Amino acid sequence: MSDASTATIREHEAAHFGRLAKEWWDPKGSSAMLHKLNPVRLEYIREAIDLHWAGDTRQLKPLAGRRALDIGCGAGLLCEPLARMGAEVTGVDAAPENIAAAREHAGRMGLDIDYRAGEIGKEGLGTFDLVTCLEVVEHVADKTAFLAQAAACLAPGGLMIVSTPNRTAQSRLLMVGAAEAIGLIPRGTHDWDDFVTPEELGELLESVGLAMDEPKGIAFGPNKGLHLSDDLSLNYIATARRAD
Amino acid sequence: MSEPRDLLILGGGLVGMTCALAAARQGISSHVVDRATPEQLTAEGVDGRASAISTASWNLFGNIGLADALEPLGCGIENIAVTDAMKPGRIDFIPEPHEGSLGRMFANRDLRIALFEAARGEELIDWHSGAEVVARHRDAYGANVTLADGRELSGSLMVAAEGRRSPTREEAGLPLAHWQYDHAAIVTALAHEKPHDGVAWEIFYSAGPFALLPLLDDAQGRHRSALVWTVKERDAAGVTKLGKRAFEAEVAKRMHGIYGAVEEIAPRAAWPLGFHHSAQITDTRLALIGDAAHGIHPIAGQGLNLGLRDAATLVEVVADGMRLGLEPGDAQLLARYERWRGLDAFSVSVATDGLTRLFGIPGGAASAVRRLGMGAVQRIPALKRWFMDEARGVSGDLPELLKA
Repeated sequence: MSDASTATIREHEAAHFGRLAKEWWDPKGSSAMLHKLNPVRLEYIREAIDLHWAGDTRQLKPLAGRRALDIGCGAGLLCEPLARMGAEVTGVDAAPENIAAAREHAGRMGLDIDYRAGEIGKEGLGTFDLVTCLEVVEHVADKTAFLAQAAACLAPGGLMIVSTPNRTAQSRLLMVGAAEAIGLIPRGTHDWDDFVTPEELGELLESVGLAMDEPKGIAFGPNKGLHLSDDLSLNYIATARRAD
Repeated sequence: MSEPRDLLILGGGLVGMTCALAAARQGISSHVVDRATPEQLTAEGVDGRASAISTASWNLFGNIGLADALEPLGCGIENIAVTDAMKPGRIDFIPEPHEGSLGRMFANRDLRIALFEAARGEELIDWHSGAEVVARHRDAYGANVTLADGRELSGSLMVAAEGRRSPTREEAGLPLAHWQYDHAAIVTALAHEKPHDGVAWEIFYSAGPFALLPLLDDAQGRHRSALVWTVKERDAAGVTKLGKRAFEAEVAKRMHGIYGAVEEIAPRAAWPLGFHHSAQITDTRLALIGDAAHGIHPIAGQGLNLGLRDAATLVEVVADGMRLGLEPGDAQLLARYERWRGLDAFSVSVATDGLTRLFGIPGGAASAVRRLGMGAVQRIPALKRWFMDEARGVSGDLPELLKA
């Protein structure tokens, strides 16, 4: 089953993130790792944007005049930078508490972002030049259905960016075991069996009409912290375009 | 409230205004607030100090478009001569021809005039001079200040550039390590009979270093050097009050006739010397730059260079972040600035503090150790290179703005 009406959200997952909503924007709170991850993934996104649209790498608004959709936007940690880069941004998240936190924050920051609580398949959102879906695939029940809905939001000539943890011994140990045990990542955030490998993600995307490029790793080192790397074993990020 | 800007810079002196200009060149907007007016800051005799601008700092001035205005006003340092009270064992730092100058000497007043002139023509800088800050506020959403006349200014990131007694740092409660050296620097300018040939002298006496820094000849063709003479705190008042003739005689005694007859040609001022270093240079939407973050002994002429390096680093970190859609006040960007500047500034602070203490120990044995040390530096190329690179400001991880 993978049509647009399929519910891809798990109730308990949405509730878990709703509890975290209040703390989303505290750089020292329970989302600290996500705040640290933000500049790293934004660096990848910026490079992908500049390459895809052959833009000037120094200009401050490379997304001016473009529509962007962030799926699983949380409280807007990615939507706000995309808006500052000039995009007209829509953020969708399953947890209404996240969307409430996101609206509140964007309002106080003076940013105009269209936030929606719910499923992308049911929203009738139209299409977007940039679709981002970061650290979400591992949380959805039916990955094929979810990615089909995401692909349907991608405008012709558009760019999709997906990131997710790899299903390896390292990620099991570090992201689920150690990181949750010492509180770096809130308990219950990840279920290792739901993680997909880069090969599996490539196949999933292909099945919904998208072609994935060579992924880049997001690795962790004691000195460098989180950084972009050729090591895909922990977490990885990749661009995809419509195959046709 | 006026339009929010990217940076809210408190303190529009040499470091604060350089920060604003460097930011503007990257498309980053700022408010700059200073309690003094530019007329007060550039009046003759207000600040008779001169600064050694390292090659890295000079590159920064070039990158923000000040090179043309400043080029004719600087005197290149061709050679740094370091001696222990003029005893044998002098070290000469002379760069190879392809390595360029060890730095340039500028009157602080000339630097201010050039910076202020450039700032007036920059629309990304909203300059509030003669303005007193009466309240500061920072939270998760932004930073703002209230001025004495009731105006409110806001920005994404507050930058404290108010100098060593930074009220913003004090209000933020950032822990500060500090001590007084129990010394003061007597600062003035000398005209002298013989040309200096671009030599900067650091003559170490047990009371403290006596430094002569080359300046350009004045309009009447007189050869000039800036004098920074470190004396015991308790002697400072006496030295300040000395008559011109008596002062010149005291100075000549310490120069061993290297430049012939000397004449004092500028108002004399005494500056108390201290060391302070903020253990933490960032807080919620706050970054410290320049002497607000760290004040070091002027022994190696690195104070202003260190501050300019803060400004260049902060601008690079903010510009890199804004490219990624992050706000200037983003906590991750401030963490990067803290990591990048923290260690660098501390190592320079500790090195100059150590130098001061080493040279401040009286007695024959200590003097012999110092001369032995200087002999070693003279003979070991790697050590000498390290000292020269520090003086030029090109060691460590340089921000792009400090590269040619």
